[in-house]
Amino acid sequence: MSISADDIAYIAHLARLQLSEAEKQEAALNFKNILALIDQMQSADTDQLEPLSHAIEASQPLREDIVTEKNQRDDLQKIAPKCEQGLYLVPKVID
Amino acid sequence: MFKSGIAELSRSLAAGEFSSEEITSAYLARIKEKDKALNSYITLCEEQALAQAKAADATRAKGEASLLTGIPLAHKDIFCTAGIKTSCGSRMLDNFIAPYNATVVENFNQAGVVTLGKTNMDEFAMGSSNETSYYGPVHNPWDKDLVPGGSSGGSASAVAAHLCPAATATDTGGSIRQPAAFCGLTGLKPTYGRVSRWGMIAFASSLDQAGTLTRSAEDAALMLNVMAGHDPKDSTSIDIATENYTANLNRPLDGLKIGIPVQHFAEGLNADVEQKIRNALSEFEKLGATLKDISLPNSHQSVSAYYVIAPAEASANLSRYDGVRYGYRCDDPQDLEDLYKRTRSEGFGTEVKRRIMIGTYALSAGYYDAYYIKAQKIRRLIKNDFDNAFAEVDVIMGPTSPHTAFKIGSQTNDPVTMYLEDIYTIAVNLAGLPGISVPAGLVKNLPVGLQIIGKNFTESHLLNIAHQFQQATDWHTQTPEI
Repeated sequence: MSISADDIAYIAHLARLQLSEAEKQEAALNFKNILALIDQMQSADTDQLEPLSHAIEASQPLREDIVTEKNQRDDLQKIAPKCEQGLYLVPKVID
Repeated sequence: MFKSGIAELSRSLAAGEFSSEEITSAYLARIKEKDKALNSYITLCEEQALAQAKAADATRAKGEASLLTGIPLAHKDIFCTAGIKTSCGSRMLDNFIAPYNATVVENFNQAGVVTLGKTNMDEFAMGSSNETSYYGPVHNPWDKDLVPGGSSGGSASAVAAHLCPAATATDTGGSIRQPAAFCGLTGLKPTYGRVSRWGMIAFASSLDQAGTLTRSAEDAALMLNVMAGHDPKDSTSIDIATENYTANLNRPLDGLKIGIPVQHFAEGLNADVEQKIRNALSEFEKLGATLKDISLPNSHQSVSAYYVIAPAEASANLSRYDGVRYGYRCDDPQDLEDLYKRTRSEGFGTEVKRRIMIGTYALSAGYYDAYYIKAQKIRRLIKNDFDNAFAEVDVIMGPTSPHTAFKIGSQTNDPVTMYLEDIYTIAVNLAGLPGISVPAGLVKNLPVGLQIIGKNFTESHLLNIAHQFQQATDWHTQTPEI
C-alpha cells in the first residue's frame, strides 16, 4: 500500500508533529516498507477470533473513592517549563 | 571484587571482607575510568550512592542487613528516581527530574541497595541496538564497534563490562533478552504484571515489563525477590502471591519436558548460533530433560502485529509530551499548535517520531479495524499457539536472537530489518509470558543467548532451569577484556 506526501502530512498533523520536507520524504519511503511488514497480518485467518487487548485477561480492580494523593502542586510545578501563580502558562488561545 | 555478582558480594559484605562504601567507591572510580569508551551510563549518582552506602553499612553494623543491603546496582534511565534526572534516553526529558521514585526503585531503596547511576537506553525504549538514544550509542564491551543490543543496552553493557554487578531493565519486545544475548548476560523478563510499572516511563503499556540484567540466574532471583509483587499504584500489576525465587534454584531437572519450536530454527538463523543452541539443548538432556519438537505456527506474524500494537499504544502514551507540564519546550511558540508541534518535533528523535506516526496511522479513522483490531486478533492466535504448546511441554527453548551482535551503524537506515531483530522475542511479550536469556556459548568470541520461555508466573521454575544450566556450564562466567 502506498502512502502519499499528503497522507504523511495529515498523519503528522494528527500526531502534532512538524516534519521537514526531507523528513516527509523519508517517512513516506519507510512507511511503505513498514506497512508491507504489517500487511503480512492480512494473510492470517482470524474470522472466528476475539481481539486480545491484554495478555493477562484480568479485569481492572476497583477501590474506594477516597483521596489517596497528597497535594504536590509545588513539587510538580517546579519541573514545568513555565508557571506563574500556580498556573501552567501556554501561548494565548483566546483573543 | 568486580568479578563478583550480587550473591558473591552479599556473602563478602556479610563476612566483613569489605564495606558497601568500599565497593561503591571502587565501582564509581571504575565507571569514571572505563565508561568513556562504552557510554553505558547517562547519569552517575556519586553523592547519593556514597550516602546510601554509608547508610547501608550502618544498617549492617546494627545487625539489620538483608541480602541486598549495601549492594550497588544501576537502574535503566526509564525508572523515575526522585531528585535525579530520568531522561528515558530522550531530549524530551533531558531536563526532567521526577518528584518521586518508581516502585521498583523504591523497593530496592527499602532493601538497602545503592544506586550507582542511570543507564543509557534507546529513546523511550524504542530500538534494538541502543543507537536511538539522545545521548549517543552504547558500545558492546565484547567489541566496541558492535552494538550491545537494545533497548536496555546501557544496562547490558555496564553489567558485562563490570561497571555494576547487575542492573534493572525493561522489555517490551525483547529489550532485556536481546541485549543479554549480545553481551553474554542473564536477562529475565518476568510475566506481564509481575513487577509494578508505576514510575516506569510508558512505551507500550500492555507489553512493558520490568526485569533484570545479571551475571547469573541466582542474581536475577535475588533481584526479583525485591522487585516482584502487587502494587496498588499499578492497576495492571497482578495480585497473586510472589514466591521466594531463590528457593527452587537447586531442584534437579529430571523429567523436564522442553519444547523446541521448529519456527525458531528456520531460515534466517545463523548456523554457528544454531550449533551453540543445539549444544545447550544436549546439555539439558544430560541434566535429565527430554526434547520435543513443537510448532508455533503463527510466530511469523508476531513482528507484524507488534508493530501495530506497540506503536499504537506509544502514540497514545507519548501524547502527554506537550511542552506544558514538564520536559522540553520549544523557544518562542507562536500559538498553542506551534508549541505542541515544535516541542514534539524538536524533543523526539527520528525513531520515536516514526513509531508515533505508525501508531497514529493504525488508530486513525478508516484503518482501525484493518490494523489495530486485526493485530489484536493475531495476538490471540499467538497466545493460543503458546497455550497449545504448553499443553505438551513445560518450557520452550530456542535462540534469543538469530545472530550475534552487529556493527554500530550497519542497520540504522533500514527500520524493517531492525524490527526483525526481535523475531524470537516479540511473541513472548504479546502473550505476556515470562522469558529468560542465558549465555550458551561464543561464536567468534561473541556471546550467544538461549531463550527459555515459561508459562505465566513460572519465574521460579525458569530461574531454576537457568541456574541448573549455569551449574553445568561456564558460559555465564565468560567476560570480555576491558
